[in-house]
Amino acid sequence: MAGQVITITSGKGGVGKTTATANIGAALAGLGHKVVCIDADIGLRNLDVVLGLENRIVYDLVDVVEGRCKLRQAMIRDKRLETLFLIPAAQTRDKNAISPSDMQRVCDELRVDYDYIIVDSPAGIERGFRNAIAPADQVIVVTNPEVSAVRDADRIIGIVEAEEKGPAQLVINRINMDMVNKGDMLAAADVLELLAVDLIGIVPEDQAVLVSTNRGSPIAMDKKSKTGQAFRDIAERVTGKDVPFAPQDGENGFFGRISKLIRAGSN
Amino acid sequence: MAGFLDRISGRAKSADSAKERLQLLLIHDRTNMPPGMMDDLRNELLEVISRHMDVDRSAVRIEIAHEGRSQRLLADIPLKSTRPRHGN
Ligand SMILES: Nc1ncnc2c1ncn2[C@@H]1O[C@H](COP(=O)(O)OP(=O)(O)OP(=O)(O)O)[C@@H](O)[C@H]1O
Ligand SMILES: [Mg+2]
Repeated sequence: MAGQVITITSGKGGVGKTTATANIGAALAGLGHKVVCIDADIGLRNLDVVLGLENRIVYDLVDVVEGRCKLRQAMIRDKRLETLFLIPAAQTRDKNAISPSDMQRVCDELRVDYDYIIVDSPAGIERGFRNAIAPADQVIVVTNPEVSAVRDADRIIGIVEAEEKGPAQLVINRINMDMVNKGDMLAAADVLELLAVDLIGIVPEDQAVLVSTNRGSPIAMDKKSKTGQAFRDIAERVTGKDVPFAPQDGENGFFGRISKLIRAGSN
Repeated sequence: MAGFLDRISGRAKSADSAKERLQLLLIHDRTNMPPGMMDDLRNELLEVISRHMDVDRSAVRIEIAHEGRSQRLLADIPLKSTRPRHGN
């Protein structure tokens, strides 16, 4: 079967696209799949750092597109996970250096030998975003439980549908249960109800994400981390496995509400 | 405890305000209709309908409802019962 292209995007910046790309990519590779992560945020290269591969870059995506190197030469293999590869973004060029059809061509070449191609999209609705969704078989929209992030996610979900790349799947990142329980943060169930879209993951707010980014070692590689587990669950759902949104420490009511909503949405 | 304090101080939970604000915001974003335009729409609709029927303006309800990701405009426009017409 040909590899699947999954684009990770958002409306608002800084909601956790790059973090999600690195972690879902690492988790899929951890399951034994052959994975390529592409940094499509041209000019603001970041995925290399989150994956801890920045020192091994020679060529980048724009070099591939402009024919200065072979695709293989721009792919950096992760030393910890043998089936995980990165194609970095160019740092000194801008988003106009590549086109949607360039992205399609690169991804079609990768589909032959790899199971999953994960594309890290820039924020916004401009050229960089169009480049990133052009090759997508599946689009994952990341948001935070916050008014402006939810609003912008809705806009993106609408565009993804209009481009016939839908239905988009939602990751709600940075849920802080203490704040939710105090009534000072939108619960995942509220965000889901507002956006009326399929849910693929809920990731807690966790300081350990910053620590793992400092080290360049995605938290999904930490088998003991709950946040890592949240990303590993997303990876399993990407492969088509039905992983329940399990009740966690006394949040039964909350997770019960979510699974009810999902069931209501899926029939 | 926080809930109790909120209740006696009459302050709503901020998550509830966020949700209510988003409900309206998303409807207007999705339909590309700025919030202020609903009043114009309402007035123009009523103007047209009033030309043909006797409308009970005080009880009119015009709103955008949503079902999943699609929206529909709902207009509930009660009519005044008219005196029987003579001479037709
Ligand atoms: N679940 C989380 N808990 C705590 N911090 C997080 C979480 N997810 C992301 N972050 C932090 O939020 C910041 C932004 O994350 P990230 O760079 O992944 O966002 P992005 O959507 O890719 O941003 P951009 O739009 O600039 O590309 C980072 O500092 C990251 O460590
Ligand atoms: Mg990013």
